[in-house]
Amino acid sequence: MTRRSGLKRFRKYSPLYLLMLPGILYLIINNYAPMFGMFIAFKNINFSAGIFDSDWVGFKNFEYLFKTTDAFIITRNTILYNAAFIVIGTVLSIAVAILLNEIRVKLLSRFYQSVIVLPHLISFVVVGYLVYAALSFETGFMNKTILPLMGVESISWYTEPKYWPIILTVVQLWKSVGFSCIIFLASIISIDPEYYEAATLDGASKWRQIRSITIPLITPVIIMLTLLSIGRMFYSDFGLFYQVPMNSGMLNDTTNVIDTYVYRSLMIMGDIGMASAAGVYQSIVGFVLVLSANYIVRKFNRENALF
Amino acid sequence: MVYESKLLQWSANVILGLFAAACLIPFALLVVSSLSSEASIIQNGYSFFPTEFSLDAYHYLWTHVGELGRAYGITILITAVGTVVSLAISSMLAYPLSRHDMPLKSFWTFFVFFTMLFNGGLVPTYMVYTQLFDIKNTLFGLLIPGLLMNGFNVLLVRTFFMTSIPSALIEAASIDGASEIKTFYRIVLPLSLPIMATIGLFQAIAYWNDWFNGLIYLTDARLFGIQTILNKMMTDIQFLTSNSNLASTGAGQAIMELPSTTVRMAIAAIGVLPILIAYPFFQKYFVRGITIGAVK
Repeated sequence: MTRRSGLKRFRKYSPLYLLMLPGILYLIINNYAPMFGMFIAFKNINFSAGIFDSDWVGFKNFEYLFKTTDAFIITRNTILYNAAFIVIGTVLSIAVAILLNEIRVKLLSRFYQSVIVLPHLISFVVVGYLVYAALSFETGFMNKTILPLMGVESISWYTEPKYWPIILTVVQLWKSVGFSCIIFLASIISIDPEYYEAATLDGASKWRQIRSITIPLITPVIIMLTLLSIGRMFYSDFGLFYQVPMNSGMLNDTTNVIDTYVYRSLMIMGDIGMASAAGVYQSIVGFVLVLSANYIVRKFNRENALF
Repeated sequence: MVYESKLLQWSANVILGLFAAACLIPFALLVVSSLSSEASIIQNGYSFFPTEFSLDAYHYLWTHVGELGRAYGITILITAVGTVVSLAISSMLAYPLSRHDMPLKSFWTFFVFFTMLFNGGLVPTYMVYTQLFDIKNTLFGLLIPGLLMNGFNVLLVRTFFMTSIPSALIEAASIDGASEIKTFYRIVLPLSLPIMATIGLFQAIAYWNDWFNGLIYLTDARLFGIQTILNKMMTDIQFLTSNSNLASTGAGQAIMELPSTTVRMAIAAIGVLPILIAYPFFQKYFVRGITIGAVK
């Protein structure tokens, strides 16, 4: 009886499984197989023997990685950049969203919305070109036009690590603020206008309304997005840190993050051991951060939690 | 009160105007420098008002229309195929997950969701694709790794199906004797244009802009898309700048003599042009798409 109904169920739902099949296969190949491939970090890969027959070396690869100064530099850079992006990015995006919401001329508001999202739509290769046009030593706009106006000597931007925390932060904000402010704008628009009407009747100033109505009401969204980005704190946009400093080794001190380090160790040095150890370190800590961020969201507000 | 709101309007416009300008001006610099003469850039640097305009860069592109046309064609092909396949497999996976009567629904939902939480990282992914599937130097290397489908899009589509398609409609179709698959593409999909447009746009932009797959899976220049070419040309500048003593020798001279600066800018310009042209048309979907994503 149960077997028959099981069979019936299977026949009824098999078309649905058929629909799911390509997607599931893709996730298995693209996402799950690499998860199981993380064992590479515990092996001394020897290509003539093949990945599966290479020797197990335990935590040797990790030992090597954490003995270098690289491990400290890439962890520090990854965390500090992300912290700066989260704090400054969130504040700026909210500010821009609030301003956008105040624009009464529909056409202007639409124009601003369209234009500020543009940087989000182009690739980091092209962003790298734009930054190069600004900062190139011989021909850059900064050295040729801006600095002479201020009477300052030309600066060799691409060999001076100290400028890069600021450059990368500015570029990242330029590329992302327009896009993320739309999310805040969406939640500001959905606030019931009656709150503002009541506040206006009570004589509250605009500034007061923003502080006492807008900000508190979008706080859940702010918290959720912030915690989501905290969960992603061990990952960086590879394009930003690879293309914008033009992969310049001289800048590594302030531009190398875990993602660029893994890429360089794997593709340029061919050091699979180090690369996979750094990758596993990133995945595990990243996972722990996602779980903790979600745990904290749940504490604040179950509704906003990811799971 | 009136005074205050006027002041607010003005300052909001000034600040947003400046921000909008900051977003647009770099593109202007890109286009203007692609239209400048090589000599004027070498002499005065990148500038909004070059001493001399010239179409040399575009002329150079035209004489190399074979290679560039090919790269352009590859980018268009990958973008089109990638977007279509992605939409197909994402929605096909999302639809059963949206059905409340689907057996093992929560298991499969978690199966999709988990990929958003945890990943194997670059090294194992690279190994899987190169050792197991031998995807290196094939167009599949541009199409499949990483970009084809992601858990976030699938869950977005699933949420749309669950909230915007009345389940009574699906039941009615089933009572009328429509098969599951027919119900899916005759009833569910036609009602899902907003989410399909949104995901389609996200995917199309991701494919159009992708240079990473080209960087790690391609060495054969015949397969390069437009972004990979741009990336390789960037590597050449870096080669020049990091070997500045080379510039005085013969080899450096030869590279310097190409109208390289303006040509690079011209290629970058034609690389972003399609997005800039198409954007006004899909802008309303895009903003709505972000909003859908935001309300989750």
